[in-house]
Amino acid sequence: MTESYVPLLAVLVSLAAVPLILLSSKKPNLREFWTVLAGLIKFGLVLSLVPFALRGESVKTVLIELAPGIPLVLNADPLGVYFAIIASGLWIFTSFYTIGYMRGNKEKNQTRFFASFAVCLSATIGIAFSGNLLTFVVFYEILTLATYPLVIHKENKEAIKSGRQYLVYTLTAGLLLVAASALTYYYTGTLDFQPGGVFDGVNMSTTAAVTIFLLFLGAVGVKAGIMPIHSWLPAAMVAPTPVSALLHAVAVVKSGVFAVTRVVGYVFGIDFMADFGLGDILIAVSGTTIILASLMAFNQDNLKRRLAYSTVGHLSYIVLGVALLTPLGMTGGIMHIAAHATMKITLFFCAGAIYVNLHRENISNLNGIAKVMPWTMGAFAVGSLGLAGIPPINGFFSKWHLALGSLEGDMILPIAILVVSGLLNAGYFFPILHRAYFKKGEGLEKYGEASPLMVVPIVITAALSVLFGLFPNLFFGFYDLALSISASIFNGGLP
Amino acid sequence: MIESHLPAYIPLTFLVFSVLIPLFAIWKKELSQPLALIGSGIAAFLSVFGFISRLNENPLRYFFGGWEPPIGIEFVYDGLSAFFVMVINVVAFFVIMHSARLSLRELAGKRMAFYSLAMLMMLGLNGMVLTGDLFNLFVFLEIASLAGYALIAIGSRPASFAAFRYLIIGTVGGSLYLLGVGFLYTVTGTLNIIDMSPMLPAVATDPAVITALVLMIVGIGIKAALFPMHGWLPDSYTYTNSISSSLIAPIGTKVAAYVLIRIMLYLFGIDLIDAVVPMSKIVGVLACAGILYGSIMAIAQSDLKRMLAYSSISQIGYIIMGFSLANPLGFAGAILHVLNHAIMKACLFLISGNLMMQEGHTDISRFDHSFRNKYRWSMASFSVAAISMIGLPPLAGFFSKWYLALGTIQNDNWLFLGVILVSSLLNAVYFFRVLEKVYMKDPEAEAPDESEVIPSNEVKPSMLFPTVVFAVALVVIGIFNVAIVTAIMNMFPGGL
Repeated sequence: MTESYVPLLAVLVSLAAVPLILLSSKKPNLREFWTVLAGLIKFGLVLSLVPFALRGESVKTVLIELAPGIPLVLNADPLGVYFAIIASGLWIFTSFYTIGYMRGNKEKNQTRFFASFAVCLSATIGIAFSGNLLTFVVFYEILTLATYPLVIHKENKEAIKSGRQYLVYTLTAGLLLVAASALTYYYTGTLDFQPGGVFDGVNMSTTAAVTIFLLFLGAVGVKAGIMPIHSWLPAAMVAPTPVSALLHAVAVVKSGVFAVTRVVGYVFGIDFMADFGLGDILIAVSGTTIILASLMAFNQDNLKRRLAYSTVGHLSYIVLGVALLTPLGMTGGIMHIAAHATMKITLFFCAGAIYVNLHRENISNLNGIAKVMPWTMGAFAVGSLGLAGIPPINGFFSKWHLALGSLEGDMILPIAILVVSGLLNAGYFFPILHRAYFKKGEGLEKYGEASPLMVVPIVITAALSVLFGLFPNLFFGFYDLALSISASIFNGGLP
Repeated sequence: MIESHLPAYIPLTFLVFSVLIPLFAIWKKELSQPLALIGSGIAAFLSVFGFISRLNENPLRYFFGGWEPPIGIEFVYDGLSAFFVMVINVVAFFVIMHSARLSLRELAGKRMAFYSLAMLMMLGLNGMVLTGDLFNLFVFLEIASLAGYALIAIGSRPASFAAFRYLIIGTVGGSLYLLGVGFLYTVTGTLNIIDMSPMLPAVATDPAVITALVLMIVGIGIKAALFPMHGWLPDSYTYTNSISSSLIAPIGTKVAAYVLIRIMLYLFGIDLIDAVVPMSKIVGVLACAGILYGSIMAIAQSDLKRMLAYSSISQIGYIIMGFSLANPLGFAGAILHVLNHAIMKACLFLISGNLMMQEGHTDISRFDHSFRNKYRWSMASFSVAAISMIGLPPLAGFFSKWYLALGTIQNDNWLFLGVILVSSLLNAVYFFRVLEKVYMKDPEAEAPDESEVIPSNEVKPSMLFPTVVFAVALVVIGIFNVAIVTAIMNMFPGGL
């Protein structure tokens, strides 16, 4: 255990950028410079924590007390660092992409947009590093509030409606989280996250255990897009695409599945989950979500909405991996946090580039666009193949572990779900590729590829998906990190 | 030694200034507000100083004129009363500071009367908190109430009617309380709280004592706007002038709640209160009903002041429900919420005053997105106060709800826990309704001219400063709530 201010700085750096962004609202280039600078510093700070994480150690900042005996703790443990790398790393690419998107689209209120975005990133890293439930609640609610201005960015009827829906879902979730945390405190006397959980040896009835678990599930399930509380996510697609890409495919929704991992591995613990049959509840919920979301994706003609339903399905892959309660399943789930992040952000980036460039957002209008936007559609192909689980893209790698994990737990049903879902993924992604590559388009003569500010990030994230599929340990020992996190959960803190 | 005479000096300051204001007005009418500001400033300073010096000290029993009870009148200056005195006086100070310009617009020729009455009301409220004598409490209650009726009557045309209604209902409340005190006096032969408390266990099942308890709770419940005895409140807060509403709303009902705490937890005590009638349960359930009723009614209001008035009914419910749990966590939540709600409500009412000053109305349906440019700081403060009211961390409002929630769980009271959570959501509905109006363009309106720049129409610094101070205080209290909560926990009768 090392004490240091690095986790705190990593959280604060994007928050510090907010006043600078607000003050330079008249100078767009300076304003965007602050965003990029904050992103780079944040990523650097997170990277400096990686060596500790690889050794299975955590770096801690203890601040003031939030309630008697419950301090505000930032604890960069391996799982937190893992999530923080993904969120802060992809923020850098998103920043460049956002500049291209917002300017290409001549969006209004850009200052508010960039400022809220920076707050969201602070909150996300705060969630990643939260050392106890109360700290987690604080950042979870900040994330909710900071995302709201981004969802209603367009200020039209649809945006306001989605914004209201978003608030109702997430604020309710926040209240459930408060109730669940208070109950946890009542039963265990602690709110700390500990690998292996804090409920060990607590004497309680099945009803109480299931109630607390369901409260937690409702609380984190909203952001994790678990059915039937997922419907805010497709509605939130009304937000500008960078929001959909980073927040509603990576930061916010991954905070949800990250929280599921925290709750299962660090609050309840594997044994407790198994004893009360809580894992089975989670498997049932996530399995249903995977299949239903994939089926619903077929119905969407709007590209972003189809991607949103795909996100709902893939988030539940991660939940399923955690729910298996086996080391390999946990590893697979954790790996899928990263895999889905790189793939889905690529797909959303592509959808945004198509929108800015061609002003098309429906799949039925995408005929032949691969001819004019070869790089974008190439990246799109990589992302969609990966999500369907085709090697060597990283989606395959995590799925493989999920399958191994279910075998490890002597379960066949999860494998069946994965196979069916893989086919369904192919079923709703390949028609898009088919239209783009093999059908003849109309009215595309005057268009070319989107601005390099957008295309370069797209190609990089697509390349990352392939690279991580081929060499999972290429950067920061990602695979080893996932393995050691999973091991520490199962061994009660020992790496 | 100032310190040992503090309990007397604080109310006396108000008394002196309530007389000074009319005297100076003979010479110069403009001096009313500055004098009131000085008076409340001195009182606020003394009470902050007093609270700090009372921390970790034994209660100070102050005998007026050296006459010891039960013959003389006693003021009790312990942690709890010092805390309440500090909260009400500091809030009043900032509200009076805020009123300088607003009073020119809203009070016209009645400034001298207003400020003199305001000082009298503060005298009454401080006296109610400090006194250790049940009959003396009634006297101060009447001073505060009579001044309050007059303050409310200064306002739009319906205000005098609302004030008259409040006068009738309030007098009934006061009389019921007095009747209860009478019953207790016949049984115990004393009026001093500290004197009476040890005698009660022997007579706890005496019908006269039970009747007294019920009468006192109903009487004070009316003053505290405890559901279903809240009828006087919405009209009074809505129709009166902006200064009266921002002065009375944050502190008036709280002092009544304080009297309930004294009666239920100190005079009778946790063991006796439920001896015959499950009084704390009944009060708690009424408080819960009030929480839900106030929140739901607030959603239905189209006027900002009226919405805030209903919200007050709901918030006083939190406080009463909290101490009715009769455990340290619920108590901590309730007392912290006294502080939080006083600041939140004061902040919100000051903002409605700001709007009254600049726009001349507080009709929510006429708010539009130009406000976000015109009143940048007022609206930012509004957002902070609203988010705190909803109870989102790390603002102050979250933490009182957190302790209240822990308190309900400790009592296995799932109904109350559910009420806390549901009402937070209802709070979100009525506050985001306003925020949406202020921060978002109306999608139905025709496309606005993009080149048009909306100039700032923000209020002057003398009004903006108190508003922003309250908003900042909410953040600070939220982050440093532990220090306050630790102090509050020590006030719980019988310690931990």
